[in-house]
Amino acid sequence: MTTVSLTVNGQSVTADVDPRTLLVQFLRDNLRLTGTHVGCDTSQCGACVVHLNGQAVKSCTVLAVQANASVVTTIEGIADGGELHPMQAAFREHHGLQCGFCTPGMIMSAIDIVNRKGNALDEQTIRAELEGNLCRCTGYHNIVKAVAAGARGMAQEPLSQAAE
Amino acid sequence: MTATGIGAPVRRKEDQRFVTGQGRYVDDFNRPGQAYAYFLRSPHAHATIRSIDTGPAAIMPGVIAIFTGDDLAADKIGGLICGWMIHSKDGSPMKAGPHPALAQGKVRYVGDHVAVVIAETLAQAKDAAEAIVVDYDMLPAIADTAQATKASVQVHEVSPDNTVFNWHLGNKDETEAAFARAKHVTTIDLVNNRLVPNALEPRAAVGEYDPGTDNYTLYTTSQNPHVARLVLSAFIGVAPEHKLRVIAPDVGGGFGSKIFIYAEETVCVWAAKKVKRPVKWTSDRSEAFLSDAHGRDHVTHAEMATDENGKIIGLRVHTIANLGAYLSTFSSSVPTYLYAPLLSGQYDIPAIYCEVDGVYTNTAPVDAYRGAGRPEATFVVERLVEKAARELGQDPAEFRRKNYITQFPHATPVIMTYDTGDYAASLDKALELADYKNFQQRKQDSALRGKLRGIGFSSYIEACGIAPSQAVGSLGAGVGLWESAEVRVNPTGSVEVLTGSHSHGQGHETTFAQLVSDRLGIPIDQVSIVHGDTDKVQFGMGTYGSRSGAVGMSAIAKAIDKVIAKGKKVAAHVLEASEGDIEFKDGRFGVAGTDRSLAFGEVALQAYIAHKFSGQDLEPGLKEGAFYDPTNFTFPAGVHICEVEIDPDTGVTKIERWTAVDDFGVIINPMIVEGQVHGGIAQGVGQALLEGAVYDQSGQLITASFNDYCMPRAIDLPSFQVGMTVTPCPSNPLGIKGCGEAGAIAAPPAVINAITDALGHEDIAMPATPQAVWRAAQKANMPMAAE
Repeated sequence: MTTVSLTVNGQSVTADVDPRTLLVQFLRDNLRLTGTHVGCDTSQCGACVVHLNGQAVKSCTVLAVQANASVVTTIEGIADGGELHPMQAAFREHHGLQCGFCTPGMIMSAIDIVNRKGNALDEQTIRAELEGNLCRCTGYHNIVKAVAAGARGMAQEPLSQAAE
Repeated sequence: MTATGIGAPVRRKEDQRFVTGQGRYVDDFNRPGQAYAYFLRSPHAHATIRSIDTGPAAIMPGVIAIFTGDDLAADKIGGLICGWMIHSKDGSPMKAGPHPALAQGKVRYVGDHVAVVIAETLAQAKDAAEAIVVDYDMLPAIADTAQATKASVQVHEVSPDNTVFNWHLGNKDETEAAFARAKHVTTIDLVNNRLVPNALEPRAAVGEYDPGTDNYTLYTTSQNPHVARLVLSAFIGVAPEHKLRVIAPDVGGGFGSKIFIYAEETVCVWAAKKVKRPVKWTSDRSEAFLSDAHGRDHVTHAEMATDENGKIIGLRVHTIANLGAYLSTFSSSVPTYLYAPLLSGQYDIPAIYCEVDGVYTNTAPVDAYRGAGRPEATFVVERLVEKAARELGQDPAEFRRKNYITQFPHATPVIMTYDTGDYAASLDKALELADYKNFQQRKQDSALRGKLRGIGFSSYIEACGIAPSQAVGSLGAGVGLWESAEVRVNPTGSVEVLTGSHSHGQGHETTFAQLVSDRLGIPIDQVSIVHGDTDKVQFGMGTYGSRSGAVGMSAIAKAIDKVIAKGKKVAAHVLEASEGDIEFKDGRFGVAGTDRSLAFGEVALQAYIAHKFSGQDLEPGLKEGAFYDPTNFTFPAGVHICEVEIDPDTGVTKIERWTAVDDFGVIINPMIVEGQVHGGIAQGVGQALLEGAVYDQSGQLITASFNDYCMPRAIDLPSFQVGMTVTPCPSNPLGIKGCGEAGAIAAPPAVINAITDALGHEDIAMPATPQAVWRAAQKANMPMAAE
């Protein structure tokens, strides 16, 4: 067993883990943060995307020990109290989800796209940037609309939240 | 229309939990003391098991138990079943081979279940599985659909030539006569490629046993938990029905693949009692590719006869349908009664004859996948119609129009009686939205840039709202396909609706609540939809076949009618009026011709406190249930138009425009309906351009991960233009036809018709990958060089 200490959604956590434990397993099994999902075993589907030190990563492809001393944000950590993050709100408003299974990863990827590409995203950019996230329900049509709207919404959010 | 009533694009109630990561899927459930199951699967497509040595594995760290098929047999656990009996032409019943949950003596496909390890952790279970020594005697395997009956391989003893059934439908003599007098015959050979459903949530199960009460609980990724309970109890014999609770909580997509009762959940329930611990299994994606029921996999030869006026006068179809190594739960119905009855399409075809040979192969079981038989039928009809129009030199839209059914009801030669529709209206609207009149200009513009542009139509029809119980019973179904609902009004006037339908992405918590809000005149946030738990909902047939609106909501509407009728009795007592004078309108019970009235919530309270009437006159309470059995299938139909541009140098097909005009009857929530259309199209485009499950000759699945099996991604798809026409369905009280499968049914022929239009020849199969299209484009340009 190996000890890992990291900050998850603003809280410090320390745990002893089997060295082969993946970050997604640590989040789901140790911390019971089950919003981060596992949809494949080849790092293709993106259901497990979280932010590691502010950048989107597939948490199925990161060992928990690699996240030692890091800051991790999951889907459970982006709403501001009872108020949804603009990207969460946009997915709901634009019907960017159906079964909801890919949604946490989609939203975390989408926020990362905005962080990297800015708040004015055209359709082609969004479609190209979503290449690491699979959705089987929506045909992406409304996800693309949601990401564009969420990106605009993030431009209006308070600076404190934008720095996440 | 109110802001939350029927027809309003209400934002989904369930989304708050999904966008915040608070959805509760099966793998999110962890029970105290739970152990983990891992299945050792066959690496061979076909082999006799000489022996299984679990000794070395059993002593590995964390291992609690290892079970094989012998252990299930010792406990008299029955095999998995196929619940739809198909009879061959000669009257003989289909040849159903044994389907044990854990192999007994033989494995029949790669991924077949050989043993299960139960351990303290999943990692320990996997480690131990690797230490199990299985002595296999390998046998030759057959994976090829078309060759299955000719192979010197026997998948099941019961069927020496691997035939499950030789089934037929239609009128052979009339069809032969039609072809004899035909002016023109269009012929086509088609492969409907095998698909892997790939709901993003992998299947999972948690079995639990309480020795104190002798109760079993199964958390499972199911589209139909009551059917799962019925099969697990009455047929497989894992637990008595009244002692087994099946919970299907949030389920991350199904598309058919979670209808079926599989080996894994069977074993988890059974093993939980054996090891006296909750037992959890979660599929990984590799297992899902191997062992989820696949879809499609047809090889078809079809002919269409037309007369001197370009009218279709006959259709003749022969299909070989691959059912895999075992008959999955509803597998036999898919290439038969969900297929051939749709071969009339939207067309007035007087004579149709279809033969289907169902075959065993050493591949994963094949069963319903979004559309289930109807995409296969539509692909046959719409490819033939498009080809016939081209051969006859007619515009494909006008050739369709000329042959459309225009009078309703219309009885086809293949069982179905279409109740209503206006196919020309959908075509007209689609032509306009697609800007069809300027297509040739766009084609020329593409040509100037060295690109090939094509346009393809699909005038699809489907039979949904599955289905009248008597009708399906006469066709071999082992169950009735009604739906149940219970409307529980609380004393405070809030309402719980218990439904036998199951939502796994369809948004029932919103649409069903819209119906209740609309009918009872109460705010939508006063309505809760309860589903997916056999301890809460009495019974239900579940969600598939685009049935939850047409059948599930009709049951709710029927129960609401009863609630209103009871409410009138209560109101009559409270308002001291005659029951016949009570009217219910806009959420109030009033005395006709007066201003005396009570709000719905006031009547609910009075029903429960029961002070204003005697219990002998009227039962207290306000709760009503209903079972709704449809009178007919429903027939959603529409026109999809796909416009592609092909780069002949790379073979890349880009979908430039997608126009969908669908007639789903009455629509409860247009936002959700459009979302269903989008998703269906994406799966259909996936089939046409990207997806294909491929087994090699030895029966190895060589597309067993998302690295190898090409799922549609955002960049592969366009935005869709979706329009609607409405002819209310006369066969149910809400006028709903259903929308869940339309896109997946309509899309494949639209794409292939567009590609073949662009190429100028018909020689392309699905999936039309860049490599396949490049080869086809070379053939079009340089026929000699491609030889």
